[in-house]
Amino acid sequence: MTEPKPAEKPEPDDTAPVTPAPETAPERPAEEPADQERRPGFGSLFLRYVTTANTVMVTLYSFLLAMVIGAVLIIVSDPAVRGTFTYFFSRPTDALSASWTAVSDAYAGLFAGAIVNFTTLAEFQAGEATIGRLLSPISETLTYAAPLILAGLAVGLAFQAGLFNIGAQGQVIMGTVGAALIGFGLHLPAYLHLPLALLGGAIAGGLFGAIPGVLKAWSGAHEVITSIMLNYVALSALGWIITNEFVKDPDPNKQYAISKPADESSLLPRLAGMLGIDAPGLRANLGIIVAIAAAALVAWLLAKSTLGFRMRAVGLNAHASRTAGMSVPNTYITSMGGAGALAGLAGATLVLGISPHALTHGVAGEVGFDGITVALLGRAKPWGVVAAGLLFGALRAGANTMQSTLPLDMVTLLQALIVIFIAAPALVKAMLHLKVPAGGLATTTAKGW
Amino acid sequence: MANDHIDLTVEPGEIHALLGENGAGKSTLMNMLYGLITPDEGEIVIGRPDAADPDGELVDTVHRFQSPGDALDAGLGMVHQHFMLVPVFTVAENVILGRETSKGRTGLLDRDSARAAVREVSERYGLWVDPDALVEELPVGVQQRVEIIKALISDCELLILDEPTAVLTPQEINELLDIMRQLRDDGKSIVFISHKLKEVKAIADRITVIRRGKVVGETSPTASESELAAMMVGRDVRLTVEKEPASPDTPVLEISDLTVADDRGTHAVDGLSLTVRSGEIVGVAGVQGNGQTELAEAIMALAPTIGGTIRIAGDDMAHAKTHEIIEAGVGYIPEDRSLDGLVRDFTIAENLILNRYNRPPYARRGVLNAAEIQRRAADNIETFDVRTQSADHTAASLSGGNQQKVIVAREFSRPLKLLIAAQPTRGVDVGAMEFIHSRIVAERDSGAGVLVISSELDEVLALADRVAVMYDGKIIAEVSPDTPRDEIGLLMAGSTGDDEEAAGD
Repeated sequence: MTEPKPAEKPEPDDTAPVTPAPETAPERPAEEPADQERRPGFGSLFLRYVTTANTVMVTLYSFLLAMVIGAVLIIVSDPAVRGTFTYFFSRPTDALSASWTAVSDAYAGLFAGAIVNFTTLAEFQAGEATIGRLLSPISETLTYAAPLILAGLAVGLAFQAGLFNIGAQGQVIMGTVGAALIGFGLHLPAYLHLPLALLGGAIAGGLFGAIPGVLKAWSGAHEVITSIMLNYVALSALGWIITNEFVKDPDPNKQYAISKPADESSLLPRLAGMLGIDAPGLRANLGIIVAIAAAALVAWLLAKSTLGFRMRAVGLNAHASRTAGMSVPNTYITSMGGAGALAGLAGATLVLGISPHALTHGVAGEVGFDGITVALLGRAKPWGVVAAGLLFGALRAGANTMQSTLPLDMVTLLQALIVIFIAAPALVKAMLHLKVPAGGLATTTAKGW
Repeated sequence: MANDHIDLTVEPGEIHALLGENGAGKSTLMNMLYGLITPDEGEIVIGRPDAADPDGELVDTVHRFQSPGDALDAGLGMVHQHFMLVPVFTVAENVILGRETSKGRTGLLDRDSARAAVREVSERYGLWVDPDALVEELPVGVQQRVEIIKALISDCELLILDEPTAVLTPQEINELLDIMRQLRDDGKSIVFISHKLKEVKAIADRITVIRRGKVVGETSPTASESELAAMMVGRDVRLTVEKEPASPDTPVLEISDLTVADDRGTHAVDGLSLTVRSGEIVGVAGVQGNGQTELAEAIMALAPTIGGTIRIAGDDMAHAKTHEIIEAGVGYIPEDRSLDGLVRDFTIAENLILNRYNRPPYARRGVLNAAEIQRRAADNIETFDVRTQSADHTAASLSGGNQQKVIVAREFSRPLKLLIAAQPTRGVDVGAMEFIHSRIVAERDSGAGVLVISSELDEVLALADRVAVMYDGKIIAEVSPDTPRDEIGLLMAGSTGDDEEAAGD
């Protein structure tokens, strides 16, 4: 229903496309003060903000909606809780309290595993628990977050140039290969070895990532198709590389295919050790610092550099960019190469940061694919991607604790729900009856679909 | 506020022109009439003949349309600026879209009655269209007729035409005006939305002028063009371009035997030769689709050439890259502003340096200089009178005329040897048009050669020192801008008798 809107407060005339009228032109600023007197207070501005489908609120509501739907699924999937609903009308309190317990246990477990466990905190304050146990959840979150942020940046950077990089997974795999080869192939002092291994990962991922860019630039082949297919190429290549004589772990007792482990000197040092905390259980390593530094670099690149200007221009309007004399093919290649390098770096942090520091078939996990979700959640903005990567890292870390009450799939499901809502702001807007913001609803999409 | 307490009355059998600049609120008003927007205040009253007594007094009903469906039911029809047709359907299929009837119980689409209905309307109003033609294969003018037939078939009493002439050739415009007269004589009412003064004067029975969302006056077509323009803009406007006689000097653009293929592989530009000298404006006149777009793109190295040479300021530039041509001092106003001219989601400041972004002083060693970019933006916004609150607003937030001013500011802020202006004032209001024309002349006077490519003959004749008529990929005649319009019109249609040739040079 469209009801007549209450008469809006008068806007300054200049917001509307204006007809030339020189007699009023010099006085334009004078029209504003009258409007300022009637400016609404903080309360109503805040209310208007939270009831508008702007980017921040849609993201927040998506998260909350996913939690609510997740709660329903937790209740439905627990046989004991479901049982209490069979006699709901005789004793509703049973069903309600059982539901509440199941849901709150699950989410509390998620929180305890991802950020801080309050029981451990109390024990730590009483001197019964080590600092290692207290920081363990955060440490796990950061460990998982580092490659996710880098992979998210890889997808996000390509988005900025109007490209949909579905090939992040393949680029991550190539990054693990590059980093591992240098990690166990060379024997150097740490100050050289680690940077070189990271660089190896970035270059391997970058070259692999540039392939769809080159194909698009030369032949117009769509990067979505080519990069999906290159994921399989990368996976098969990894399988072949691992069984290679030079790469394979010579230990005949190893039951599965695994490469030689990277040298100690090439590994990402753990943050606990660098900070002088004696807690061998804390896995968080320099990778998270690398990831945040990469985000800062990407943010700078996009906002302040001519290359970033060109990428954004091509991403938003390739025709106008071409007309302005920019090389669109060149931009595609550079953007995909840069994206691949970031994904390769994600691969490097996996091999160099997480035990067993060697190549296996599953070394890259699903990091490249999760990177797509992270980039969407972060709206392809570098700092948004960092926040999304931390959230997904936290969900993954928390899943391990939550698993005591619920299957791991629940977390995957929550992640999926969040992304569905984020990708469909119209859905969130309709469910919560939000207002459409001035600039329209924001969705992150690549051009060329 | 896009519309502020507007009163508009349209009588039966009247062509009522709604005149206003871009962004004055014409389209908002019509969208409310058509149920696409619901008004905050006010009412829409429609008088229709009583069903029981068709010849009696009209019965007034107050409407509040919630959707275009409601408007259609009330007897309103609308022809949008951008056609709402399915390109792969035939005319008849398009016309019955949404009111499909089926044959008896078979459930098959009743195409025969659709065809018959199209024929009947065609004949009654002289709107000749083949009902079985595919819409995508029809010229734009005929597609527009299909839209009008669509409206007439649903028994509309009031037809709204939103900027109908913007996409038409001069001949098609005349045909449309004839059709409108015929509809009026048949008792239909027509609201004709336009910002073109000539057409409004030629066709309207009454003219309502709106400015900034308000009705500023109602007048008759006997009012002079400058009176109408003044009402529309709110001040006196010069409708002719004032310029001194040209003093052509050395050639800055020499095209010989240029051949360019379009997307389909046919030769859109076919062995064309043309020279532009510094200090003169050469206008290319021609009906749209005769290779003008491809000519401009070939000069800017945006379309691949098959053969011929292009020399800019004496250097062979046939194989140069776009950025090299820009560097050589060529400014370019592209024909399609929002596609090729601007990055709509970029800020005004960013758009102003779109082709200078990686050169000093805007960038050094790959790093943008934000302060310099802002200074440039502030300077341009002031000099070129771009109406905006801030250089950090997106280009999309500007009206069409102001968007065009951003492009003009970008191209005219560096020394130019050659300016290629394709449709420099398309979709731009009178005020902005006057401004852009004067800047183009100023560019000429400072020694640049200018090539103006426009499908608006008025514009070409007003600006050009020399008119080149383009037809079927070739320049078929070069004439003086004082040549009678009819003669140029004939040339534009491709007729080159000897007698016309004599008028040239």
